[in-house]
Amino acid sequence: MNIINLVKIAITALLRNKGRSFLTMLGIIIGITSVIVMVSLGQSSTQGVQSQLSSMGSNMIMIMPARQMRGGVNMGNSNAKSLDLKDLKSLENNTKYVTHVSPSVSSSAQLVFGNNNHPGALQGVAPSYADIRKYEIADGIMFTDEQVKKYAKVCVIGKTVAENLFTNGEKPVGQTIRCGQVPMKVIGVLESKGENGMGQDQDDIVLAPYTTIQKRFLGISHFNMMFASATSEEESELAATEITYILRSNHNIKQGADDDFEIRTQEELLSTMSSVTQLLTILLAAIASISLLVGGIGVMNIMYVTVTERTKEIGLRMAIGAKGKDVMWQFLSESIILSLIGGSIGIILGIFISYALCTILNWPFVVSKAAIGVSFAVCAATGMFFGWYPARKAANLDPITALRYE
Amino acid sequence: MENEEIICIRDLHRNFQVGSEIVHALNGVTFSICKGEFVSIMGTSGSGKSTLLNILGCLDTPTSGEYILNGNSVGNLNKNQLSTLRNRLIGFVFQNYNLLARTSALDNVELPLLYNREVSAKERKERAEAALEAVNLTDRMHHMPNQLSGGQQQRVAIARAIVNDPVIILADEATGNLDTRTSYEIMTLFQELHSKGKTIAFVTHEPDIATFTTRTIKLRDGDIVKDEPIAKQSAAQALAEYEKNLKSSVI
Ligand SMILES: Nc1ncnc2c1ncn2[C@@H]1O[C@H](COP(=O)(O)OP(=O)(O)OP(=O)(O)O)[C@@H](O)[C@H]1O
Ligand SMILES: [Mg+2]
Repeated sequence: MNIINLVKIAITALLRNKGRSFLTMLGIIIGITSVIVMVSLGQSSTQGVQSQLSSMGSNMIMIMPARQMRGGVNMGNSNAKSLDLKDLKSLENNTKYVTHVSPSVSSSAQLVFGNNNHPGALQGVAPSYADIRKYEIADGIMFTDEQVKKYAKVCVIGKTVAENLFTNGEKPVGQTIRCGQVPMKVIGVLESKGENGMGQDQDDIVLAPYTTIQKRFLGISHFNMMFASATSEEESELAATEITYILRSNHNIKQGADDDFEIRTQEELLSTMSSVTQLLTILLAAIASISLLVGGIGVMNIMYVTVTERTKEIGLRMAIGAKGKDVMWQFLSESIILSLIGGSIGIILGIFISYALCTILNWPFVVSKAAIGVSFAVCAATGMFFGWYPARKAANLDPITALRYE
Repeated sequence: MENEEIICIRDLHRNFQVGSEIVHALNGVTFSICKGEFVSIMGTSGSGKSTLLNILGCLDTPTSGEYILNGNSVGNLNKNQLSTLRNRLIGFVFQNYNLLARTSALDNVELPLLYNREVSAKERKERAEAALEAVNLTDRMHHMPNQLSGGQQQRVAIARAIVNDPVIILADEATGNLDTRTSYEIMTLFQELHSKGKTIAFVTHEPDIATFTTRTIKLRDGDIVKDEPIAKQSAAQALAEYEKNLKSSVI
């Protein structure tokens, strides 16, 4: 009995019970689809997080005030005032592994131009912020250190802001917009960065000198946080150590006492985020595999029914010369074909669904070749594994008993 | 050539262990069947006819005794070797036809050749068509078993039994499910095959069916009680007479 004949017999048998074959396949289809979708989505989110983080600059370092604990109550870190101008100056001047430092203060205000208005997120930063965050200026210029010194009423706006305020085709650069009560001159427009992995619009932003935000909007002298960039990605840990040392001495923190600030390097963030999403991917894939297992048991169940139902046929085939292994392969190829067809449909469906989901969620669409390969192998193995026992049962039947079976 | 022994059994025993009891289904049976013989095996129910036929057909092995099929000593063959012997040397016809459901007559007839690697797909089809022609079913080749009458199904089964050109055709109550007229038709067909040189062993418990063969072996409780040549009656003639009687009785 050759392979072509085997496959022909198996397919004929499967077609004889179309409904049942399809339902059996459905288990495999659902299993494989969910494995592919879960792995693809997991990888998409991993890649999304990674590309988003590295687009921020892979040698970026964030410094923020530590959470304030008062009587065991976590006060959060937004109202901590530990970072100030003194820290900025010493980080600018006394470091070896830090190339740029920028403070950051945030405020919000309604932006108005002509008849248009738009709720704006104002971020007060130093000119070096553009270098640290890898912002490009599409049109105009970034403000200067000189303008920072003078609390200049200038700003650089993101694309979304520009589109919302300048609806009549005006050129944004050179126009004056009102931010709350403060008139500000637009001197630059940022290159679009699109949405980040969480679906936030990174272009809905207004950058202004930090002094301007501190004095004219908030009336504070500390910073909400600081951004720095290390000389290179590899040296970000060294830079972090250096910054820790300087800030501790600035803040007079005694040896053994906790830092009153937190430092996050991008590298660290990247690896934690990746490991979280990877863990998630594995978890999801494991859950999806259970449905594949259930599908496989479905195949086994149906193969048992099929073998019992066709006992007489098996007896007849043996009587006219089929060997045990012929019968075994006949049923094994049925379950393998069932699994492979189900698997192929599942793979196609899985790719389709992950593509749809990625489009909806605005994630990068990653289709894992490994997942497809493994799924296919798993399908064949499922067919083999779950078909083997029923097939062997068929092969070991005694022809006389099988022929008499009613 | 006429005396070439196709089957030769000597002191054949077949015991079945049922619980603590041993059933002696065959009790030392000895005979040979030569090429071109048309043997009927008779006996009451439980006398061991099917047991004997299963052994002759290599579906079962004897507890003791010798069995030589076309020069092959069957006693010490393994399962796979027995399968090959069945495939190449034996043609089975069963009481309940045993055709594969929802499979065309042609595909059913091709089945034994599927298990023979030496036969190509093309040759398989040609031989199956020739076999169906030999049983006068050329026009029913693509019909499914449930579209055929019992007699036609049995003829498909006979075509399947001769498609591998066996040295012997073994039939177990092949007319058991058929009415008298159709039985005569089937016997006519067997006689045709016999006249073309086929060797046939035919189990039946109907004495009038046995008269269409050339030799009768009678079993009782696992022993041969009678083994003698008989004068073969023509089944075709019996059929014609039966139809004539039928007509006159209707009138
Ligand atoms: N597998 C078996 N296990 C136990 N006993 C068996 C088995 N097969 C047959 N026998 C016994 O062997 C004896 C012969 O049975 P066999 O089927 O050969 O009879 P038979 O002549 O074909 O009868 P019938 O005309 O009813 O078909 C019977 O007593 C039967 O009970
Ligand atoms: Mg019987």
